Amino acid sequence: MTDTRVTTAVPTASVSAPLLSARKVRKSFGGVEVLKGISLEVAAGQVMCLLGPSGSGKSTFLRCINHLERIDGGRISVDGELIGYAARHGRIFEMNRREVAKQRGGIGMVFQRFNLFPHMTALENITAAPIGVRGLAKPAALARGRELLDRVGLADLAQSYPAQLSGGQQQRVAIARALAMDPKLLLFDEPTSALDPELVGDVLDVMRALAADGMTMVVVTHEIGFARGAADEVVFMDGGVVVESGPPASVLDHPQNPRTKAFLDSVM
Amino acid sequence: MARDPDDIDAVPLRHPWRWVIAVLLLLAFAGVAVSLWQNDNVNHPTINEFIFDRRILDGVVLTLVLTVVSMVVSTVLAVLLAVMRLSNNPVMNALSWLYVWAFRGTPLLIQIVFWGYLGLLYAQITLGIPFTDFSLFSVDTNTLIPAFVAGLLALTLNQAAYSAEIVRAGMLSVDEGQYEAAYSVGMSPTFTLFKVVLPQAMRVIIPPMGNETISMLKNTSLLSVIAVLEVYTVATQISSQNLRQVELLVVVSCWYLFLTSVLSIPQYYLERHYGRGNARTLPPTPLGRVWAVLRPTPRPTTPRADAP
Ligand SMILES: Nc1ncnc2c1ncn2[C@@H]1O[C@H](COP(=O)(O)OP(=O)(O)OP(=O)(O)O)[C@@H](O)[C@H]1O
Ligand SMILES: [Mg+2]
Repeated sequence: MTDTRVTTAVPTASVSAPLLSARKVRKSFGGVEVLKGISLEVAAGQVMCLLGPSGSGKSTFLRCINHLERIDGGRISVDGELIGYAARHGRIFEMNRREVAKQRGGIGMVFQRFNLFPHMTALENITAAPIGVRGLAKPAALARGRELLDRVGLADLAQSYPAQLSGGQQQRVAIARALAMDPKLLLFDEPTSALDPELVGDVLDVMRALAADGMTMVVVTHEIGFARGAADEVVFMDGGVVVESGPPASVLDHPQNPRTKAFLDSVM
Repeated sequence: MARDPDDIDAVPLRHPWRWVIAVLLLLAFAGVAVSLWQNDNVNHPTINEFIFDRRILDGVVLTLVLTVVSMVVSTVLAVLLAVMRLSNNPVMNALSWLYVWAFRGTPLLIQIVFWGYLGLLYAQITLGIPFTDFSLFSVDTNTLIPAFVAGLLALTLNQAAYSAEIVRAGMLSVDEGQYEAAYSVGMSPTFTLFKVVLPQAMRVIIPPMGNETISMLKNTSLLSVIAVLEVYTVATQISSQNLRQVELLVVVSCWYLFLTSVLSIPQYYLERHYGRGNARTLPPTPLGRVWAVLRPTPRPTTPRADAP
């Protein structure tokens, strides 16, 4: 563990180490470089909103953070641990599938298309991983599952199957499912893009409550209002690089870069 | 329920041609049945005598055992082959492909004869380290593999090749997002396979597997070439003594029809089980169908849960 901390130490001005740190992250698909050296940091308890036009690499970057994609260069660490690599005896080894799975358990992800397990009830969706992966006793997992459903405002729908729920309800179950593994970091990939406009509010409310509770979150979104209200930092990406970043008030209201300006004009 | 004056009071659509065609078909069917029944070349008492004959019943049981055991074991093998085929490991991939190629590419009949006469190829079966003299044990092939085992082996290994493709198609039908969601909550690939992917693939796998089960039932009759005493072999043995070929063929056909009907029942229940959570209404169970005929009220569809 000490080795990892040494190798991933990132010089920062802040006293505490950042919870998420990405350094010069690069990723290519078939020779096309999609991420061209992304560097950013998120401190514990902070919310970062990622904005950018379609194809700019936002989803790819999120997927790299929990190792759904293997990065080609640079490094990502969460809570001081390198993603996808472990340090042993002073050397760095690529993790095996079991270690990768364990590491992913500490990072939650919420998808644009919900991706709930259709053959499980809402409650089963939430408890499947805590019981099957963490080995939590069933009664304890069920109690916690109900508590989480209550937290996202769906206490009555524990026994419903995803197909019986509206999009907004499904997305809130998905958030509860991600929370059930007690993640240190929550990743959201356009969580409201697939929803009817009147359902977006419920999901954003749940996310605001999480942010207020001190959850560290990275949110890819086109909801400028959410970014303005809930984000501590806004990052604008384009063409696989970070173009501009800073507090929402400056990036959203006084963008410096012409590409940021053009993008904000098109979505607002 | 009170009628609203705005409700339409219409004459329901009639289907006169359905009735005409149904009556014509029934007449044709009755004609064929009567001509068969009155054919003097068919000796009805012989059919009655043998339909519940001890030997025939034993054959029926053996046929059923062969079908069920080979389907169950081949399905397990098929899942393994499908997973190998879909894995990133090139060796596993090639091995699975080779297996399917070999077992699908040669006639089942030849495979059955091959396993039946394995003793001619290898008189002894030895477990030891290859290319050395060391051996753990060594047995006579015909003792280790009697005709029944050879038949079971042939049917199972052949079926696994076909089922592997069905299972693979089922697994491919599961959305990529399901893997991502499973991995993102920390599930391992194996856990994901058994708890997330296969239960969903089942919906696609079961209907063709029902077909395969019925093919298998009838393919067991091919084991007559290596003298496994399933129902068809028994019938041919009996008819070679009493020379009542047609009657015994009628007897076995009746049994095959009966077994086919019995074997299609579990399919309904499996489909219902793996169809849970699906928005579409589930197929009725055989009992449900009987109820529906006796009491023709439309079943309510799954209610949509509403926001609290
Ligand atoms: N698995 C993949 N194989 C090949 N190319 C990919 C793959 N995933 C993403 N890409 C490419 O990488 C680029 C960035 O994709 P990404 O999904 O990260 O963009 P995005 O910023 O999330 O866009 P959007 O707002 O449309 O979701 C795109 O050009 C896409 O075609
Ligand atoms: Mg995206």
